[in-house]
Order: sequence, then structure tokens, then C-alpha cells
Amino acid sequence: MMSVWRNIAWVFILLSMPLCVSAQSDAQEELDVKEIVLGHVGDSYEWHITSFKEKDLSIPLPVIVHSPTSGWHLFSSRHLREGAEYEGLRIAEDGDFKGKIVERQADGSDLRPFDLSITKTVAGLLINTVLLAVLVLGAARWYRHRKVSDAAPRGFVGMMEMLVSTLIDGLIKPCVGPNYRRFAPYLLTVFCFILINNLMGLIPIFPGGANVTGNIAVTLVLALATFLAVNLFGSRAYWKDIFWPEVPTWLKVPLPIIPFIEFIGILTKPFALMIRLFANMMAGHAVILSLTCVIFVTAQLGAAINGSMTVVSVLFTIFMNCLELLVAFLQAYIFTMLSAVFIGLAQDNGHQEKA
Amino acid sequence: MGLLQPESGLLFWMLLSFVVVFVLLARYGFPVIVKAIESRKQYIDDSLAAAREAERKLDSIRADGQALREAAEQQQKEILLQANEMREQMIREAKRKAEAEGQRILAAARERAEAEREAILQDARQQVASLAVAITEKMLRAKLEDEAAQSRLASQLLDEMEHRQTN
Repeated sequence: MMSVWRNIAWVFILLSMPLCVSAQSDAQEELDVKEIVLGHVGDSYEWHITSFKEKDLSIPLPVIVHSPTSGWHLFSSRHLREGAEYEGLRIAEDGDFKGKIVERQADGSDLRPFDLSITKTVAGLLINTVLLAVLVLGAARWYRHRKVSDAAPRGFVGMMEMLVSTLIDGLIKPCVGPNYRRFAPYLLTVFCFILINNLMGLIPIFPGGANVTGNIAVTLVLALATFLAVNLFGSRAYWKDIFWPEVPTWLKVPLPIIPFIEFIGILTKPFALMIRLFANMMAGHAVILSLTCVIFVTAQLGAAINGSMTVVSVLFTIFMNCLELLVAFLQAYIFTMLSAVFIGLAQDNGHQEKA
Repeated sequence: MGLLQPESGLLFWMLLSFVVVFVLLARYGFPVIVKAIESRKQYIDDSLAAAREAERKLDSIRADGQALREAAEQQQKEILLQANEMREQMIREAKRKAEAEGQRILAAARERAEAEREAILQDARQQVASLAVAITEKMLRAKLEDEAAQSRLASQLLDEMEHRQTN
């Protein structure tokens, strides 16, 4: 009962907040929701935390670029704030490279240098990767000085153990087949990598909040890894099924229709993995941001509408966050499961024999 | 649109961090955990098997003890029975011996009595004979004046003697 009252009190506190904001935003121009959402879902050179009294509070990140004309540059993104130019580089305000670092050339055109900057997504990715390594290696370290006859671990190590054994017994073993042992480390790494990035993305403040798995470059690498795992370790039967499948001969001899389709299938499987994870995570972030923006969009429509819409927005955002929590786990699970199935299909005595 | 275009910088960092974390975790992370889980599973299975074996052994030991006790009880019963029988036999034997001894003593006594009686009889007979000789002497001295009387007496005596002998 107490917690219910506390929740209601919170809603009212949150309700009163946009009223203060609305007084400010009246003076400003129209709110560009698309800009906010895309800016948040996309990437940036600094980690924006909040704006306070017209001042941006953000963590500057290192910019690393290599330009064909001026060579390597390494400096803090603090120098590029508010469209400032530094060492001939600036963040483009519009054009093809909008939001990216460009260098003005002698002929007046903008050229995008080779950009290895630690952007917000890269920083989030690195933080999450280090976190993942620390967590898993920490759990593995627990076993170093313990004998098999010692008591089973509790707490975090126990949870890791439960997670690993659930994934192996419930997913990897049935999907990959008899030589699951070879692929278990890869699949477990992929699962934990996606899960930790998804979960960290849901935390709205600094170490979290970066949209890592909702970025196509990240999912591209993950899908590529699965593609390699499937095809580098594919069995003879797997390749035979692709180039000489058991179909009527006219379907493959003069015109290799089925082999062509099968070959396309090799590429579409990881492609689907890439798009599925990217779209799900990006959409989740976009929906939550859009719902939050409802508060600010309705700010000009008067206190009554704004207040009621704020309640709706907060409730929906809470609901969406719960849903995203599920999706974070689910997408990691699906990616791992489909990877395991694809690997199993390419193995001898793999998945297909049970199916 | 920018969202669908993979950034080369991010691609590089992602590739780097994923490969590094994969190598780290696939070498030092997950195999350790997986191995620990599997060896614990094996250990639990072994322990269960050992417990089952111990229980089975205990059962067999218990059964052995039971059998041993039963055998001991049986033996005790037999020993008791045997002792009983032996006692009976001893008593019987003693009785028999005592009886025989008694018999023997009795027989000896009887024999001795017989011998004594025989001796007494012999003695008596001798005395009677000597008495008779003396009497006869006396009688003969008194009565042997007449011939006829003599011969009568002699025959009478002979008769008597004959009679006594047959008697």
C-alpha cells in the first residue's frame, strides 16, 4: 500500500515538472521531435547528459580522425562544441555528412576524414565490453582456488552459472547438436554481449543509455561473426546441400536456380539476424524517446492537456521500459538461438537429424 | 539514411572490442565456468552412486549380521540340547553303574553268605558225624551183648544213614 502511494506521489512530482519546462519552451521555437529522437538513437561526438539553464552538461570524448591531407588528429570533442572549428575540422551542420566531422578542402568542398573517434556509441560499447569481460572473468576467477567438492557458488557467480547452464542445456545443446562444445563459448559470448549492451542501453544516465545494439555497425559485426561460425565450420553435407541439393535435375543443371536460391540463403540468414537485432533495439529506444517527447510536444496545448498527457506518457514509458527489459533479453536469446540453429544446420548430425 | 549506414569508425571499434572480448571469454571465461558446472555435475552423480553403493553395502552387512545372529542362536539351541542330552546320558550312565555296582556288591555278599552257610553246614555235618560216632560208640558199648540185637541195630543204623544220605 505504501508503495502505491509512493508511486502516485512520484507521478505528481513528474507531472509538475513539465509545467516548469513549458513556461520556458513557449519562448523557444517548435520542438523537433524527429531531431531529438534521431539524435539520441544515432551517434554523437560527446556524451550528452542533460541541459541545465541553456548550458549543455556533457562528457567530451576523444576525436580520432585521419585526413588524407592533414594526417592524424587526436583531440577532445570539447573543441568542436557549438559548431566550432579545430585543426581545420568541424562537425557538419547539414549536407551529406550532417553531424559528422568534416574537413574543409582547399577548393571549398567538405571531405569526411577517416573517422575512428570514440563517439558516444563507441564509448558505450567499450564500457559495456570491459564490464562484460570483468563480470565473466570475475565469475570464472571464483573457481580458481576451489575444488569440485566445495559448495556451489552463490550470488553473482551462482547466477552466471545458472545462466550458462540454462543456455547450454536449453539452447546450445539442442540447437547445435553433438559437437556443441566447440561453439558454446562463441554463443555464450554473443548472448552475454548482446544482453549487457541491451540492458545498459535501457539505463538512461551516463554509463548506460548508449544505443549500442541498436546500431547497424554493431549488429553487422555480430551477424558477420555468426556467418563465419556457420560457414567456416560447415560440413561437406552442408555445402553439398547448397550447390547440389536433392531436387529434380532440371532445377540445377542448365540454370542453377535452387543452388542460387540456397546461396542467397547463406547471406540472408545473417542479414536477417543483423536487421532484427538492430531494428528491435533501435525501435525500442525510439518509442521510449517519442513517448517521453509527448510531454514536451503537448506543452503548448495548455496545462490540462499537458498534465493528462504527461500521466499517459509516464505510464506508457514505464510500460515500454518493462517491455524493453523483456525485449533486451528476448533479442539476445533469439540472436543466440538462431545462430545456434544455423550452426547446427551446417554440422553433421546436427539439428536437421532431430527435426 | 544515416541509421542504416554502418559507420567505419564504429565498425572498427566494434570489431576490435568484440574480437578481444570473444578471445578473452572463450579462452578464460566460459570454458572455466562450463567445465566447473560439468565437473560438479559429474561429482554429484559420483557421490550419488557412492551413496547408493554404501547403502547397498550397509544393507548386505545388516543382512549378514542377521544371518550370523540367527546361526548363533541356532548353535546355542543345539548346544543346549546337546548338553541336556549329555546330562541325561550321564545320569543314566551313573544310574546304570550304580545299579551294576549294587548288583555286584549284592552278589558278592550273597556268595559270601552262601560260602559261610556252606562252611557252617560242613561244620555242623562234621559235628553231627562225630556226635553220631560218639553216640554210636556209646550205644554200641551198652547194647552189644546180644547178637541179634547187634545185627538189628546195625541194620537199623544203616537204614537211617542211608535215609539221611538220600535226604
